[in-house]
Amino acid sequence: MQHQATSYGAFRMSTPSPPISTFLGAWRKKRSGIKTETGGIRLPRHAAIVAQLELKPLPYSLDCLEPHMTRQTLEWHWGGHHRAHVVRLNSLIAGTDLDGKGLEDILLATYNKGNPLPAFVHAAQVWNHDFFWQSIKPNGGGQPSGKLMELIERDFGSFDKMLEDFKQAAVTQFGSGWAWLAYKANKLDVGNAVNPRPSEKDNRLVVLKSPNAINPLIWNYAPLLAVDVWEHAYYLDYELLHLQNRRADFVSVFVEKLVSWEVVSHRLQIAMEQAVETGREEMREDDDEEVPRSETVEMYLDSESDDSETE
Amino acid sequence: MAFRALFAKKTLTRVSAFAPVSASLDRCLGSSLRQGRAFTVASLPDLAYDYGALEPVISGEIMRLHHQKHHQSYVTNYNNALEQLDAAIAKGDASAVVRLQSAIKFNGGGHINHTIFWQNLKPVNEGGGESPHSSLGWAIDADFGSLEALMQKINAEGAALQGSGWVWLALDETSKKLSVETTANQDPLVTKGATLIPLLGIDVWEHAYYLQYQNVRPEYLKNIWKVMNWKYASQVYEKATA
Repeated sequence: MQHQATSYGAFRMSTPSPPISTFLGAWRKKRSGIKTETGGIRLPRHAAIVAQLELKPLPYSLDCLEPHMTRQTLEWHWGGHHRAHVVRLNSLIAGTDLDGKGLEDILLATYNKGNPLPAFVHAAQVWNHDFFWQSIKPNGGGQPSGKLMELIERDFGSFDKMLEDFKQAAVTQFGSGWAWLAYKANKLDVGNAVNPRPSEKDNRLVVLKSPNAINPLIWNYAPLLAVDVWEHAYYLDYELLHLQNRRADFVSVFVEKLVSWEVVSHRLQIAMEQAVETGREEMREDDDEEVPRSETVEMYLDSESDDSETE
Repeated sequence: MAFRALFAKKTLTRVSAFAPVSASLDRCLGSSLRQGRAFTVASLPDLAYDYGALEPVISGEIMRLHHQKHHQSYVTNYNNALEQLDAAIAKGDASAVVRLQSAIKFNGGGHINHTIFWQNLKPVNEGGGESPHSSLGWAIDADFGSLEALMQKINAEGAALQGSGWVWLALDETSKKLSVETTANQDPLVTKGATLIPLLGIDVWEHAYYLQYQNVRPEYLKNIWKVMNWKYASQVYEKATA
């Protein structure tokens, strides 16, 4: 990489522009390996190729989002931060049982139910940034339509109210983090508690914020839109404009000029189908469970104690 | 009980969130205020050096933005939150009081931390970067092995900190032991222990280094020792261990 002095007195990295061609695929096939005594897999010496995550190319070229997000920011943000997380993640999962798994699986596994492992922040940030780049496009903005707009109006009252909530979440995320629009399926996931009358109406759009690398997949939400509010996301482009509230202005521009509502609609459609499918699966599981449950009831009836509640 | 905001000064004071009520202030402000309650507004302290005086370690542009925009906004928002808190207390609005705590912690913490930070830095030609001697120097050797070991530990913890926060050289007031601590976001050092006194703090929020070092935080940490004001740290240490 060449370094050139800029007017900031900083160095500018020049990385070659990524190919704009279609997404190349994040995985290469892993060659079969030899099992070691400790249960790991050692690859044969000739297998130079291992399954590794790659930094996905941006869906647009580096200067296509100007002036809202400059080439310089994308070079540092995508080429620096995002790339560093990919590299670090690869080095942490190489040779472990996470190597070769899908990114979402790695993310959930390393979240470790709230006790995150070192790889989590990198897995999550790779996922978050992929999601973020795909959420925006040149000449973005405007308004959503169809089902997405319908749900926005149902769950927030109006499109403007949703944007207001979204911006509020973004500016009140103290420190680093993300603000999200997500689709939340209303499922009671506690023991045998069941939503007695599940309906599509329980699934709602929500706005939320998360610190650092956390993303709503860990809460079983379906993310639809994200804005990065780490300082590196807006510092270069908005800091030097002598604005009083840099982050708020960045988020305003983000929703007005960059967001791809088509992508958000598409994600909503997938999320809704997923929720329906999961609901059907759970009903099938419940049906399977009915027989053993009645056996348990019989045991209570046989006992001496007064168990009027079981009747 | 009246609340007192931190009144920022350049002198060497142990920074605490609530200073004792001053009798003279009460006399002056007294009954003319609603229900006799008053608070001192926080204000942005001046730097003891020019914005460009820490170059090439930290650029003048970063220093200017960091001081005039970031620290100033913490001060402004802290004062706003205190004003709202004052009103909420007067009305007996408990939920408003509780709701304001996170804004007070964040902005008040930001004000506290940055006030210390500006004193932790010194231009090279005014003694910045000179190693600590006498009591603090010996304490560092005793608790960490050597100054280099301490610097390495601080750099490692600072680099590993996820997101935004601070890395500190702390003195425990009761045990007189030194330690390296990190705090998230703008949490002041006392959130890690009520008896901890900050000797040195390094801001590892991205705004502290981004324009110059991009995402290479370790480089920023490596370089900042060249302008570290160990004299300040020594003075705080000696006062606390006297």
